[in-house]
Amino acid sequence: MNRSLVVGLAITLLVAAMALLSFVWTPYDATAIDIPAKLLGPTAAHWLGTDHFGRDILSMIMVGSRNSIAVALVAVGIGAGIGIPLGLLAAMRGGWLDEMLMRLQDLVFAFPALITAIMITAISGPGAFNAIVAIGIFNIPVFARVARGAALSVWSRQFILAARALGKSESRIITDHVLPNITDLLTVQITIQFALGILAEAGLSYLGLGAPPPDPSWGRMLFEAQTMIGLAPHMALFPGLAIVVTVLGLNLLGDGLRDVLDPKR
Amino acid sequence: MPLMSFYILKRLAIGLATLLVASIVVFTVLEILPGDPARLMLGLGASEDAVAALRDQMGLNQPLIMRYLSWAGHLLMGDFGRSYTYAVPVKELIAERIAVSFPLASMALLLSTAIAIPVGLFAAARRGRTADLGIMSVTQLGLAIPNFWFALLLVYVFAVSLRLLPAGGFPGWSAGIGPALKALLLPAIALALPQAAILSRVTRSALIETLSEDYIRTARAKGLSRAAVLFHHALRNAMIPVLTILGLQFSFLLAGTIIIENVFYLPGLGRLIFQAITQRDLIVVESVIMVLVAAIILINLIVDLAYALVDPRLDGPR
Amino acid sequence: MIFRTLGTSARKYALFALTALLLSAMNAFAARSDLTLAMVLEPPHLDPTAGAAAAIDEIVYANIFEGLTRIGPDGAVKPALAASWEVSADEKTYVFHLQQGVRFHDGAAFDADDVKFSLDRARAPESTNAQKGLFTAIDEVEVMDPSTVRVSLKYPSGDFLYNMGWGDAVIVGRTSAAGNKEKPIGTGPFKFQNWAKGSQIVLAGNPDYWGEKPALDRATFRFIPDPAAATAALLAGDVQAFPSFPAPEAVPQFQADPRFEVVIGTTEGETILAENNARPPFDNPKVREAIAHAIDRKAVIDGAMFGFGTPIGSFFPPHHPAYVDLTGERKYDPELARKLLTEAGYPKGFRTTLKLPPPTYARRGGEIVAAQLRAVGIEADIIPVEWAQWLDQVFKGKDYDLTIVAHTEPNDLNIFARDDYYFNYRNPAFKALIAQIEATSDDAKRKALYQRAQGILSDDAPVAFLLQFPKLGIWDAKLQGLWKNYPIQANDLTAVKWTD
Repeated sequence: MNRSLVVGLAITLLVAAMALLSFVWTPYDATAIDIPAKLLGPTAAHWLGTDHFGRDILSMIMVGSRNSIAVALVAVGIGAGIGIPLGLLAAMRGGWLDEMLMRLQDLVFAFPALITAIMITAISGPGAFNAIVAIGIFNIPVFARVARGAALSVWSRQFILAARALGKSESRIITDHVLPNITDLLTVQITIQFALGILAEAGLSYLGLGAPPPDPSWGRMLFEAQTMIGLAPHMALFPGLAIVVTVLGLNLLGDGLRDVLDPKR
Repeated sequence: MPLMSFYILKRLAIGLATLLVASIVVFTVLEILPGDPARLMLGLGASEDAVAALRDQMGLNQPLIMRYLSWAGHLLMGDFGRSYTYAVPVKELIAERIAVSFPLASMALLLSTAIAIPVGLFAAARRGRTADLGIMSVTQLGLAIPNFWFALLLVYVFAVSLRLLPAGGFPGWSAGIGPALKALLLPAIALALPQAAILSRVTRSALIETLSEDYIRTARAKGLSRAAVLFHHALRNAMIPVLTILGLQFSFLLAGTIIIENVFYLPGLGRLIFQAITQRDLIVVESVIMVLVAAIILINLIVDLAYALVDPRLDGPR
Repeated sequence: MIFRTLGTSARKYALFALTALLLSAMNAFAARSDLTLAMVLEPPHLDPTAGAAAAIDEIVYANIFEGLTRIGPDGAVKPALAASWEVSADEKTYVFHLQQGVRFHDGAAFDADDVKFSLDRARAPESTNAQKGLFTAIDEVEVMDPSTVRVSLKYPSGDFLYNMGWGDAVIVGRTSAAGNKEKPIGTGPFKFQNWAKGSQIVLAGNPDYWGEKPALDRATFRFIPDPAAATAALLAGDVQAFPSFPAPEAVPQFQADPRFEVVIGTTEGETILAENNARPPFDNPKVREAIAHAIDRKAVIDGAMFGFGTPIGSFFPPHHPAYVDLTGERKYDPELARKLLTEAGYPKGFRTTLKLPPPTYARRGGEIVAAQLRAVGIEADIIPVEWAQWLDQVFKGKDYDLTIVAHTEPNDLNIFARDDYYFNYRNPAFKALIAQIEATSDDAKRKALYQRAQGILSDDAPVAFLLQFPKLGIWDAKLQGLWKNYPIQANDLTAVKWTD
């Protein structure tokens, strides 16, 4: 049994369970303001303490997890679903199709991602949907590039040349020879992009461009914690740890999957 | 090498075309941003005729196409126009901000590369052993840490608790190299470590990938030492994914320091554009984006050329 | 030899003490006449006659530029470039006698023509002065001789001398006015030296100043919008004064630190929950009353401002002599609020939106207000907006239900008398009252009228009144002369000095 896979799966399931649990139960109402109870450190009543409005941080982290997971999941789905086929197509066909697709990619790619995301939200207002669109758009060329680069590096190898010489169809070559040989690289990339998706959502929320209050989001919790870092460091510590644990779990899961899927082992 | 110079020319032409399309996209998109820059500048108590007078002075009443042509034309001649809000040439603003962002991005990239490449090599050489597993666990953690949260922790430890380094702000290069670098140190570390985690993982997996290739096995079979194989054959061939990530990272660092610049309140390009967007200083937003787009295109061009250098196979017919 | 007998640690201590003594002695000489202040916002430019940004005045007012009159730290009108003046019996003609021997920073002599130029420029049709209203009473400005100016008004204006003390009414040079945005040329005790965009602005003492020279000869304004960085910069001594500190949560830390002086003052910033009186259900007075009773001002002040700020029951600053405390009129009473909502036809409450501009008081205050409204059945969806969108949508387009904002201009009760203002509040009686106030100059009469106006606003509840915004001043305990309050947005450095 692969250790990364087990640990990663355990953490990911735990986070998912926490997100699901938050729909039916949290220790406190995550949006309930209780000013007299503000800025309490971790206690028996509030395990992770309270924020500057006296809200329970554990409850906020639980509810906030839904937002993070949903945004990252959809954004990476968009990126991989569109980007990988485009990249493979470009590598395989070459010629004008490759040229055109790559030029289009260049264009998207030439725009600084975060700044474009900020522009998108400046036009249509902050919100989870805009965050998804902003992160998703920039995942497309990333996946396309990596898929194309990886496909090209196997394209000139002996066994593919042999398969081509035998007259195998392009789609067969892709599914039989190219994909299996680049799955590990793509898995690493999906891992990275998912991590980045959670991180990017947190970043946008931190800048005030994610889902608006009162729904808690991890990034905004960190933003609010920043000015109180000397006063209540627990406000910064726990939402950050939530991000780290979630991303870590997903990454370990990805690594484990890669090791299991890799045919060369 | 005629093939090579043709390749370079082609890439250059493509870069320029991208720049042109980008300029059109940027200009049109920004025009639909809601918010009137003239009103924003005059504020709450401003009368209608004062706003109208200012709009006229700013040339906001001309048709879109005329404004694009005039903007693009001036841009071509190196004239970026004047900031609506700061009332100074945009070129000066950008130059001032690049003097913060470029050193910061370079520091972060150097730091990250200096850590990541040796770590990646070492881990690949020790593949599967304790050292490799240890390193991979640490980088795993590095991948999971948001750089701005890491920055907050650094601020808490080094600025709030120990009071060793400033928590934010930038004294300017005129204050001397020492204080300026000191102000950039925490932000550079915050940026570099998560990047280093990514880069070392990519380096390692690319190396391991090439190490399992036939020709490497052949080289090993011919009696070449493990280290010689690693450095002479594997590293060179593993450079493609590493270069891809490096290029991505530099582009990211140049424009993407925006969050870190916010945490540390550094007057860099990212903050400039963030402020300019919220203040509807369109001419600044447009110009900064074009500068960044040009920089990214240039970086991609360099990465492409580097591909061709390390892997001559890409240059030939496919 | 004495060191040896004292032992190593004592020797180290003696050396340390000696060094410290030397350093502090050097500091005492070096730091006497320069000051680094911090501000939250960087001004867009430095021409106070062409922009509303408070940050402009906070740098240039009384330091670089001077007007005919000036507003003192207590809010009173004092002579400035006008040494004295006479007012005609019908209060429609003002004759100003100007200071002699005044020069602009570029060497140009100041005279009556500059006054006429400045006032005519500000009220011209193509003027981009953000406060044109200050000049609407002016009918004509005449130069009688190089040191005498006569201003004729269309109607008596009790506020005229006060208005001439605003930053928007400063006197600019005929030859230098066009360049004031980048390189401001005034008559004040400080000259503009340089501006590192995004970082700081440096002023230097003006050796040719006509009046009493200030103790400082160099002042640096550094821009630190981030509250955490603001705290760190003060603690590290990078800045020695933060006249308007942005992080109320960090104030107790400074209050406990003997190195700092914390001065809690007031501003002219009435902070309100504005309601769109033209849009249902806010056109219903009972709904507005319900909202007024649904809000717990104390919780807003404690939660958003960490206890700093004064609750207000109308649109009037508590430090003003004519202030009446009306906070008891609309008490926090969620039961009554629900009852009023039922009477208004909303027994189950309703759903609405709350647009919040970027400042922390608005964003934090908005979350608390939304929670309080939710408690009486009003679901207010929070929409964070940038200033540009706020100005465009809320202020100009009047496309909003609820919003939170601080109105920081002094003497701005009259905004409730403007038909086209974003509250969409219309009360002819109130309008008539404001017109009466503007035409009255007798203090006792004005006071009575002001108090009546406050009562009307409390009764009508066109908006919900939250708090008077505090001025949280934090500076080095050895520093003297900075303003406690903000009767006008300014960091007047003329009386600032270091003591020991």
